[in-house]
Amino acid sequence: MATELYVDPVLSLADIGRLKAGDQVLITGELLTARDAACGRLARALAAGEPLPVDLRGRIVYAVGPTPAKPGQVIGSAGPTTAARLRPYLKALLSAGMAGLMGKGDWPPEAAGVFQRHQGVYFVALGGAGALLAKAVTAVEVVAYDDLGPEAIHRLRVERFPAIVAIDAEGNDLHRRAREEWRKRLGGMEARRAEPDAGTPG
Amino acid sequence: MPRQLHVDAIRQAVAELLVEANYCIGDDVLDALRQAAEEEQSPLGRDILAQLVANYELARQERVPACQDTGLTIVFLAIGQDVHLVGGDLRQAVDAGVREGSKTGFLRNSVVGDPLLRRNTGDNGPAVLHIDIIPGDRVHVTVACKGFGSENKSRLAMLTPADGIEGVKRFVVETVERAGAQACPPVIVGVGIGGSFELAARLSKQAVIRPITQRHPRPDIRALEEELLEEINRLGIGPQGLGGIKTALAVNIEVYPTHIAGLPVAVNIGCHSNRHRDMWL
Ligand code: SF4
Repeated sequence: MATELYVDPVLSLADIGRLKAGDQVLITGELLTARDAACGRLARALAAGEPLPVDLRGRIVYAVGPTPAKPGQVIGSAGPTTAARLRPYLKALLSAGMAGLMGKGDWPPEAAGVFQRHQGVYFVALGGAGALLAKAVTAVEVVAYDDLGPEAIHRLRVERFPAIVAIDAEGNDLHRRAREEWRKRLGGMEARRAEPDAGTPG
Repeated sequence: MPRQLHVDAIRQAVAELLVEANYCIGDDVLDALRQAAEEEQSPLGRDILAQLVANYELARQERVPACQDTGLTIVFLAIGQDVHLVGGDLRQAVDAGVREGSKTGFLRNSVVGDPLLRRNTGDNGPAVLHIDIIPGDRVHVTVACKGFGSENKSRLAMLTPADGIEGVKRFVVETVERAGAQACPPVIVGVGIGGSFELAARLSKQAVIRPITQRHPRPDIRALEEELLEEINRLGIGPQGLGGIKTALAVNIEVYPTHIAGLPVAVNIGCHSNRHRDMWL
């Protein structure tokens, strides 16, 4: 079912065009990590016209704050955090060339358009499966903002890291589509159509 | 003669339970996930649920945290009225237990020392501590690790008597609807109905950490739990919010007498990583 996706270390334009919302992929190559604190710093540096400590062009950024590695482990548990919390920084990061963002959960409705305009892709990794996902990480190295501890920007080597394309570069939004489809099918109560908030930690 | 209990025993219990809770998900949740993986109609949902089962099995086997958000530690102490706690400050003992468990268990530091200044305490302390006095000479210790992906989706409403049971249902379903994909569904929904503003919230927390195989003893409340679960599972949110029939694994309700003018309802959203452990001392 899942197809292989090589990110070595950039997500190619051909792959970006090929990936469709709903695709299951196994990512092999390199990811950068950044969650709230690091993304905030990156966005502020961009706003101030300062150079970034890492080149985001073509890269996939994984929103994760792992547990400390136990002796003998490459990395501790390393599942995704809620991506929508990074909404304030999304445009800046995509403008700086970030090709993909990986986290968990859905976005407010306008976010799909932002990904589309910048030809970016949003991947979801399995929320709450940190022990399992850590197995797909083969090496870790801090590359910037060391002082942020688990929130520092790390470079992760991954091998067949499982993810799902949730928003593709055409702006298709899997969460929205799946939810509508299943709600209709199950005849669920029309609760007030609440939009997801701007994210919560995980 | 009251029974003497050294607070060190409580520190130790908290430390142990915290690590166990993070490494070993309860059988109630694991069995429910296994069953959900069979029953889910969405193929992608089935796949996700199977991976969650694999994650929990791996975490147990390798003794690592099942989820990287090892949470804010919530401790419930039910202290027998015939117990005399000796050897130090009880709260300090509980917090020391949290720090110790976090360190030895390689848990993530996820706590800030002040909600506005937001500097990480660097040791996961302090705990949120709830104390009850019960009959007898024993102490019951419950440790829950609450990830905030789901905690942040919890809500409380002061409904009016006229809103009635229909109002309660609407509020519960709407809260799960709003939580959507971000609370790591399939979720466990803890509902506290009645009491006062703060008691409703506390009841909802007690509800969320009740074993999900255990239905409420009152037949009408049990029926409400079952009806709400069915309604929630018709929302279509599904595993990870990617569609399906398994949006929630259970709805647990706790009730308490309330004022003639009020109907407080609190909904505590628990993610599938609903980690808690308890023991008697
Ligand atoms: S919501 Fe729960 S399962 Fe999801 S990341 Fe947070 S603690 Fe883990």
